[in-house]
Amino acid sequence: MSEDRAATRGDDAMRQLASTMDAPEFTSTSFTKLDKPLSECRVAIVTSASLHRPDQERFSQGDTGFRAFDRDDRNLIMGHWSPNFDHSGFHLDLNVVYPIDRLQELADDGVIGEVAPRHFAFAGNQPDTVSEIRLDTGPQCAAQLNADAVDVVLLTPV
Amino acid sequence: MSTLAHVFEAAGIATLVLASMADVAKKVGPPRVLACEFPLGRPLGKPGDAEFQHQVLQQAFSLLEADEPIFEHFPEVVESDEMPMACSLPPRDDPKAPPAVDEARGLISAYRRAVDRKGVTAVGRAIEPEQIPAALDTLHQWANGAAWKDVELPGKNTVAVCHDIRAYYLEAALELVGDLAPGGRSFDAWFYEVTEAGKTILEARRALKAQDAPFPFWFYMVAGHLE
Repeated sequence: MSEDRAATRGDDAMRQLASTMDAPEFTSTSFTKLDKPLSECRVAIVTSASLHRPDQERFSQGDTGFRAFDRDDRNLIMGHWSPNFDHSGFHLDLNVVYPIDRLQELADDGVIGEVAPRHFAFAGNQPDTVSEIRLDTGPQCAAQLNADAVDVVLLTPV
Repeated sequence: MSTLAHVFEAAGIATLVLASMADVAKKVGPPRVLACEFPLGRPLGKPGDAEFQHQVLQQAFSLLEADEPIFEHFPEVVESDEMPMACSLPPRDDPKAPPAVDEARGLISAYRRAVDRKGVTAVGRAIEPEQIPAALDTLHQWANGAAWKDVELPGKNTVAVCHDIRAYYLEAALELVGDLAPGGRSFDAWFYEVTEAGKTILEARRALKAQDAPFPFWFYMVAGHLE
């Protein structure tokens, strides 16, 4: 791999930039210990890839909301506004961002109990404080996950 | 993502974070992190490789066995393949049209085949596929000295329009190369270094900067590290 071409430095540049940016700090870390085996747990995916169905409202620039979709939905669009990462992987195989087929295989094999009925997407590019997600839309999403009796959430970043 | 993990845990839901930026995840400190050094935009590492994706998930789910916060690294690094993907471009058809406009027109069949096959498209944030050549015509004019205030861009929002152009090329190109899946950044390297559209966007961006256009108007047209 050549070191001097701009395109070769994309991921390194982004990781370097991100490591210097302010990040929200939490004074305590909540820790939910499972009270049953994984093979009895209902699992949901929450991604920051701005995924949405074609019939749902697109993510706007600075969108702090989320979209919910059904576990059978595969016609998803990646509506992320950042030009700073690869989009081709998702086009080739949505599981590389949203591993819904892998989750179903784990359920079929009895590794996890069940795939949750709904899954959720936020936008990865958020205001630095992420206060809306902490205080407003995040708790709203948590309430919906609890309404679906979700035990475990897998978070996938984009 | 790590912030959401804190929120969900506080609501009584166990979380697993697949972190693509280990430093950020360390700072935010959610209780269970699997740091994965994969191409950004590919948190499960390898598209089309179910076995590899299952390896990632297996390690992630194993974190649930810990009785306290835990931070692990996935042992295998997946590097971005950053050489331009191999994808042929349509030959010149209308010598009077700017090269990017001619090129985009030539890709419409491949783009439509892709949409027919997949059933969805990421194009349409600001403009429809049929407007891609007109948008490139404006960017070509900006790149060649026209004032951005005098020549209007279809769709108006430069960031959204550039997203649509990039998505149009991505979907057409993946249709043209078939199963020869590009690595992370390989499409971007091709788009910005090989295609007339990508080069025109970069030139237009430089022209907007030189014209003192507002920063958000031009900066986010392409990845931040490109000039």
